[in-house]
Amino acid sequence: MASVTVSHVSKSFGDFQALSDVSIEFADGGFYALLGPSGSGKTTLLRQIAGFSFPDSGEIRIGGEAVESVPVEKRNIGMMFQNYALFPNMSVFDNVAFGLMVRDTPRSEIKARVGEALELVRLSGYDERKPHQLSGGQRQRVALARAIVFRPQVLLLDEPLSALDKALRLGMQVELKRIQREVGITTIFVTHDQEEALTLSDKVGVLKDGKLLQEGTPRELYERPRTAFAATFLGDANLFNGIADDGELALADGTRLRTLEPLARSGRMTCAVRPEKIAIVEDSAQLSSDSNVLEAELEQTIFAGNSLSYLLRHGDTSLRVFAQNRAAADLQPGQRVRLAWCSADTIPVEA
Amino acid sequence: MAVSDTTTAPIRRHRPSNARSILGLTGPAYLWLVITILLPLAAMFYFSFLSDVPLPGRDWQVTLSNYTAFFQQDFYRTLMLRSLRLGFEVALWCFVIGFPCAYVLAKTIKGRWREALFLMVIIPFWSNALIRVFSWTMVLRGNGILERFLDWLIPGFGSLNLMFTYEAVVIGLVHSYLPYMILTCYISLSTIDDDLIDAARSMGASRLTVLRRIILPLSMPGIVAGAVLIFVPVIGSFMEPRILGGREGTFLGTVIEDQFTSVFNWPLGAALSFILLACVMVIFAVFQPILRRAS
Ligand SMILES: Nc1ncnc2c1ncn2[C@@H]1O[C@H](COP(=O)(O)OP(=O)(O)OP(=O)(O)O)[C@@H](O)[C@H]1O
Ligand SMILES: [Mg+2]
Repeated sequence: MASVTVSHVSKSFGDFQALSDVSIEFADGGFYALLGPSGSGKTTLLRQIAGFSFPDSGEIRIGGEAVESVPVEKRNIGMMFQNYALFPNMSVFDNVAFGLMVRDTPRSEIKARVGEALELVRLSGYDERKPHQLSGGQRQRVALARAIVFRPQVLLLDEPLSALDKALRLGMQVELKRIQREVGITTIFVTHDQEEALTLSDKVGVLKDGKLLQEGTPRELYERPRTAFAATFLGDANLFNGIADDGELALADGTRLRTLEPLARSGRMTCAVRPEKIAIVEDSAQLSSDSNVLEAELEQTIFAGNSLSYLLRHGDTSLRVFAQNRAAADLQPGQRVRLAWCSADTIPVEA
Repeated sequence: MAVSDTTTAPIRRHRPSNARSILGLTGPAYLWLVITILLPLAAMFYFSFLSDVPLPGRDWQVTLSNYTAFFQQDFYRTLMLRSLRLGFEVALWCFVIGFPCAYVLAKTIKGRWREALFLMVIIPFWSNALIRVFSWTMVLRGNGILERFLDWLIPGFGSLNLMFTYEAVVIGLVHSYLPYMILTCYISLSTIDDDLIDAARSMGASRLTVLRRIILPLSMPGIVAGAVLIFVPVIGSFMEPRILGGREGTFLGTVIEDQFTSVFNWPLGAALSFILLACVMVIFAVFQPILRRAS
């Protein structure tokens, strides 16, 4: 279908720099998740890609062609708006049919495809309703159906599932992934749900303050975040501040943590460790030689059904450790415990 | 039970006071309307059934002749049709000119320029109506500003003979009433979310399709409101037809005005006014389904 290339795009509104020098390559047929805090420029980036407004500098190409050179209606882009942008004067059916109707699709085919799309978003039978007669989540699904029904070559989804309950969301995720794979639509979607980003996409990008902080496969991003922000925004992370000394991280109390590779730099450093990588071990337990060991005091245990979170304290750092319910030990607040994890799971990050 | 009683009771007690507050808020306005409009109108309605102005020394009785006159003489019916046609045409031209203008104001221009252009739309409103109309006579009359300009543009252009024609009346009225259409259209256009237009365009709709399927339907309430606001006063207008239309400027409005100012036949003038009013109501009743669907 078409790849999307964003190169060195900057965009400002007055004095405010909404995007600065963003370069991303969206692979043909790929599923790319854009993550970032509110106001980081995600919607702005999608709008530039769709060509609703043009960047101040830089260039966007879709399938090799510059966005500006093709009129909006010829670009064949399906955009789902964060505020849905449903046509209030049209029924659900007409909303979804709009993209097909303007392409002079035969009536029978319109009927079939709209029916199919509405079924996919579980809204069969709502054809005749007007948008104002729908719930928020239903409106969101109409917007989704409307964006995918005409099989665009690029699909831009701005928080497509944010208003749905968990069951519906999981269902929609599966469907979205299926269509995307079957039709091979290059999909870029914005989400605040990190789990959604990690499970659905084959590439993830993290935006902050209009800059692309890091991108990569979900695994790369999760296992090797480059910044403390990326580590905490995408999943949970324990951050250890210390001083790099002899390739290791020396904490304030003298504990030394080894990292995957010996630290090359010296001076103040931060390392991140995912909570589920840390185990609470018996004092007598035999540990492999590349383990990091830390003493901490348990402050609180949070029960979450299939898993448990332990909130601990080491000096003035608070720590969080996840354990499967099956493996969980019965610990009391105030108890001193021994934590251990593999040195390869200690990731140096930029603060 | 006791708990639910205490929670529902205040709500129930609340309702009558709600009705009272509606009455309190709207009451003064209605009272004002009754005193200033309905009472004089009722007096006029009474006049319309008299044979002469009820003044001392005049001989008058109750009669239907003022109304039957309208139906017996073709003259009045022709005038009525002429006035209705004028109303339709002026409203139509106001739409044709005003809608694009409102669209540009609402959707294309941002910031201070919008305010400046808005002011230019409003300013004619502030000037005296008589002055506005007379300044059109300067423009339209033979060898007036318009003809001289055209002559300068295309030498040997000749004469337009616009002054004292039906067209001159339309031009003057369109100019007077255009702001209504621009304002009502502007209001309904500015409530249309720009994302709707972007969404439609991205789905492959041409500009024309977006206009036809999204913008026009969504701004219909404003268009209808503007058209009604223009249509009603235009069919009863007398100043513009008189000044710009000359002999061609005879409409129902001017005839009614004559009855009150020169012929001094108030009963006939009143009867013609009420026939006009009835006509407007019939038109609105007939178009009611369309108007309701539009808004
Ligand atoms: N038209 C505009 N005029 C001025 N500022 C704007 C405009 N559009 C966006 N911004 C600003 O640009 C920044 C990025 O906005 P954007 O909508 O891209 O954020 P976002 O990442 O989509 O956030 P969210 O997750 O809340 O949707 C925000 O700070 C916003 O205030
Ligand atoms: Mg957004």
